[in-house]
Amino acid sequence: MLRPLATTRSAMGIPTGRLAVWWVLVSEIVIFGGILVSYIMHRLGHASWAEQAAHTNVWIGAFNTFVLLTSSLSAVLAHQAAEQGNGPKAARLLMATIGGGAVFLLVKSFEWTSEITSGFTLQSGGFWSYYYTAAGVHAFHVIAGMVVMGFVAASAMKNQDLHRVENVGIYWHFVDIVWIFLFPLLYIAK
Amino acid sequence: MTVHDHAHHRNYVKIWAILLALLVVSVIGPMTGIRVVMLITAFGVALVKAYMVAKNFMHLDIEKPIVHWTLGVALVLMVLMFAGVAPDVMKHEGRFWKKTAVAADTSQGHGRTGAGHGDAHH
Repeated sequence: MLRPLATTRSAMGIPTGRLAVWWVLVSEIVIFGGILVSYIMHRLGHASWAEQAAHTNVWIGAFNTFVLLTSSLSAVLAHQAAEQGNGPKAARLLMATIGGGAVFLLVKSFEWTSEITSGFTLQSGGFWSYYYTAAGVHAFHVIAGMVVMGFVAASAMKNQDLHRVENVGIYWHFVDIVWIFLFPLLYIAK
Repeated sequence: MTVHDHAHHRNYVKIWAILLALLVVSVIGPMTGIRVVMLITAFGVALVKAYMVAKNFMHLDIEKPIVHWTLGVALVLMVLMFAGVAPDVMKHEGRFWKKTAVAADTSQGHGRTGAGHGDAHH
């Protein structure tokens, strides 16, 4: 059976699949770093943005932080199960992680619906433009992670390509870290 | 003990519980209304949480140095971007320049902070 290069080769002592994930994350740092850094400098330069930030709901943000931290736990436990050669257990834990992502998106959609119906749209001002852009780009990454995790879980269930469980987990933890910074920036700093 | 053995012996549930405790701190801290406490509990705790996730869940502490260096370069570029662009965004005048649009807004009574650019329309 023909195996993917990422499965059979390593570079600099790191399996190429995992190395590729780290490279993706480096580019993600540039993407999210650019958004967050430009948000911070605009926020510091425009004191009146605090009045707009006061309309975001801390408890919803905190609940979603709880959901993502918990989904990271299930992702790392899936990696642990994969290291022990238990593919089906890893797959079940990955499905739990996908469930966490779904809850996160569901809460986010209710939150956005409430904010938009209250009149806070993408065009309501600088703060709201950054709010929807940063949270939207992040939500897109959550969706992408869930889709990839679905494929990895399907192969893990058959005890195939278990190294991918760690790779997709590293990506998911990064998405979690991005939210860890978005939470205080968009919800707490009033 | 191999690298993977080291990773296996971590108590992930305990780390998760600590992360949740830090989350509670980051929510309750800013409620004091004290700016310094807010900055420490919101942003300081966020840094600690991010470090814990990177170290314990992403296993960055046992990853090869090339990964640390590559991630480090990306973070340095982020700081450079801030240092390079921030003066233009955050300041309204310098030694040899002045944002005339901001000055016009200020003279019309819109105020210095957030004048025109980026403020809400509500």
